[in-house]
Amino acid sequence: MRIGIDVGGTNTDAVLLDGDVVVGAVKQPTTADVTGGVVNALTTLLEQVDPGAAPPVIEAVMIGTTHFTNAVVEARRLTPTSCIRLAAPATTALPPGTDWPGHLREAAVFSSHVIGGGHECDGRPIAVLDTAALRTIATELADAGVGAIAVTGVHSYIDGSQERQAEEILREVLPDADITLSHMFGRSGLLERENATVLNASLRHLARHTIRSFEEAVSSLGIAAPLFLSQNDGTVMSARAATELPVATFASGPVNSMRGAALLSGLKDCMIVDIGGTTADVGALQRGFPREAAVAVDIGGVRTNFRMPDVLSVGLGGGSRVHFGDAGVTVGPDSVGFRLLEDGLVFGGRTLTASDIAVAANRAAFGDRDAVRHLTEEQIEAALNEIDRLVGAAIERMRTSPTELPTVVVGGGSVLVGAALPGAGDIVRPPHYGCANAVGAAIAQVGADIERVVSLDGRSRHEVIEQASAEAIERCVAAGARPASVEVVDVDEVPVAYVAGGTVRLRVRAIGDLEVTTHAS
Amino acid sequence: MLHEFTRPDVADLASGAALLGTGGGGSPYVGRLMAQAAIDRHGPVPVVQVDELDDDSFVVFASMIGAPTVLGEKIPAGTELARAMEVYEAHVGREITHVLPSEVGGLNSTVPLVAAATRGVPIVDGDGMGRAFPEIQMVTPTIHGIPATPMALADEKGNAVVLETIDNHWTERLGRNAVVQMGSVGFAINFAMTAEQVRRAIIPGTLTMATELGRLVHESRHAGLPVVEQVAAALGGSVVFTGKVVDIERRTTAGFSRGTARLDGTDDHAGEVLQLEFQNEFLVALRDGRPIVTVPDLIIVVDEDLGEAITAEDVRYGYRTAVIAAPCHDQWLTPGGLALAGPAAFGYDWERVPVPRPAGTAR
Repeated sequence: MRIGIDVGGTNTDAVLLDGDVVVGAVKQPTTADVTGGVVNALTTLLEQVDPGAAPPVIEAVMIGTTHFTNAVVEARRLTPTSCIRLAAPATTALPPGTDWPGHLREAAVFSSHVIGGGHECDGRPIAVLDTAALRTIATELADAGVGAIAVTGVHSYIDGSQERQAEEILREVLPDADITLSHMFGRSGLLERENATVLNASLRHLARHTIRSFEEAVSSLGIAAPLFLSQNDGTVMSARAATELPVATFASGPVNSMRGAALLSGLKDCMIVDIGGTTADVGALQRGFPREAAVAVDIGGVRTNFRMPDVLSVGLGGGSRVHFGDAGVTVGPDSVGFRLLEDGLVFGGRTLTASDIAVAANRAAFGDRDAVRHLTEEQIEAALNEIDRLVGAAIERMRTSPTELPTVVVGGGSVLVGAALPGAGDIVRPPHYGCANAVGAAIAQVGADIERVVSLDGRSRHEVIEQASAEAIERCVAAGARPASVEVVDVDEVPVAYVAGGTVRLRVRAIGDLEVTTHAS
Repeated sequence: MLHEFTRPDVADLASGAALLGTGGGGSPYVGRLMAQAAIDRHGPVPVVQVDELDDDSFVVFASMIGAPTVLGEKIPAGTELARAMEVYEAHVGREITHVLPSEVGGLNSTVPLVAAATRGVPIVDGDGMGRAFPEIQMVTPTIHGIPATPMALADEKGNAVVLETIDNHWTERLGRNAVVQMGSVGFAINFAMTAEQVRRAIIPGTLTMATELGRLVHESRHAGLPVVEQVAAALGGSVVFTGKVVDIERRTTAGFSRGTARLDGTDDHAGEVLQLEFQNEFLVALRDGRPIVTVPDLIIVVDEDLGEAITAEDVRYGYRTAVIAAPCHDQWLTPGGLALAGPAAFGYDWERVPVPRPAGTAR
């Protein structure tokens, strides 16, 4: 069995899964030390299991957390990092740390260097690696007591050899340093990749402490299973990998909730609507994975190249205010938010909310139904139509194919949605919809991708894609996947403009089921 | 009219230039950061109007030539254009007095500011396209018989070449090959002009126009005004289609990303189909099979809600877009202009369809 945990800002949810079946689910308040909430949730979860039955054999514990994202957003508990770029004479116009908010740069950047090195897009070196400069920097960092280093080489996602050589040289002087190499974040776009590398280096100290305390929390309850952390693409990494790549946990929350909704509904290609108190998040699931956004993503004001799900948020939730005016009815985007249980009419408050409409229309049965008896049939009908229109328009916009897909609704506010929506296909309302996020954490797979700018240069397209696919599969297995389960799920090629000859930017992604036994401690 | 470029002006220029890129021209992000860094270091860049130029001025285009995606990875040293200017001046034996952008669309709108700030020369308010085009010769000075060469081309390593070619098409051919060897990004000084030639051959006022356009986008969004309509009106154009991308096909031919996108109409255009042909930039828009906008007029595809430009490289299934058609500058409507950048210049058989030109405006 697997345990999935979602450490959110308000609640820590935990679920116990036997295969794909949810056998236990709990919600506990998140605590300031994070660990306390995890222990409480796990304790309550295990108490739910029938005491007469044999204790469950836990194979893996998966945690989804916003802890590292919050550290960046709050610019707290980051380790000052030395940023070394292998690129000179190129890139000196914009040194590391360019376009960062000042307070975050102060917290996370100790020093910044651009030294000789890097590659062209066709693999030729820009310059040989300046090993003398590296040794000088290493000595300075040793004297200053700096142990966090980010190394970024131009086009290193095509050829990572210089970054690895740089690490070796730095280790001669700084054997215990936390060194992050940018080709781990394999994508073109130097500043975005470098920013991810620097944030990662500055988070590794915090990651080691946090993950150790998660491990202690788990083992204190007698659970001997290995621990994994959720990544932002619906896959997990081992706790040890997470101490090296904490930034990969950024934005794992919405992904987990979409993947959990998929499992609970049994669908792999569908639309997901997650409705909370204030907003509805709408996304598309393709082959069981959330579709990714194309645009650059800001974390705490820093532009990064992280994979993020393409989610559309609309201002519709259980707490959305409902107004009847001359021009018709409006629902949201203003909301009473977390005060719904005091302000909503059915809860004895004075504000007409979307939840009140749901109760009046018999879509939901909570609170005092008498409090909404004054609403006319026409008013209820008009408000319901507006709610359905808002959700329907968001679904239509996020749909990824011309065919109608089923729509899975989860989250506390999902009662707003009726049995049918215009253009939305079948509406599916799975059990345990409140814990979809923790379920998503529990079922995560492992994945890996390769991104290259390749020149076809006489080779066939097929040959080039085959080679990249083999590499993606190899990386996926290295990340912990069971070899037989790994498959290539996405091949994306974009021709590179303005370059003579068949040059394309190629991206290949492979995923597979987690090989639990190889990670057993 | 702008009198100087400061840091915030550059941000507005980059937003406006993304729209005028008509789907191509590259992301202005790196160009914006470079121009801002140069201004931080050397101070604001003075802006000169074409009619303020002294008669003995010696004006050149300063631009990046190459693959915008590579520029996002191999960021420049920032000294390339200063180097190209030195080599150029040594070759022709004259000092450059002003720089000009070759195109106001995409990243080349901000690149000349780096040269101007570094060398302490003013920038002329205008450009050679009034939009973005993919090739060196596709600029208004070519229409006027102004040669692209001598052209100095420099890379970040300090390499520089000077080209002398028999016509501007050869400049593109030989220059493109040199740029590939430089690592797919090179910086060029070309199209030297006198003040008289600038006044005759250049599209005036476009830096101010692009900067105001960028400001309009931010202010409209802030004020909750309909951004798309505001942008269309500011360009003297109109929204010709609203719809959702339902199909996208890409192919690489002769070093360019070509393709076709199909949009299903929504709102006023429900039931209609729009087909967009692109080759780096959006070049032809066909409604229900009939061309309604063609090069050299501007086809601008924007996010329906935000009014932000969507590049041809980024167009994906499901995008809700508005398509704006705006008139190009009159110089492109001359026989020479149409031969250089009309539908036939891009290998299309469709006849040019002129978009309505607002009365009393001359862009």
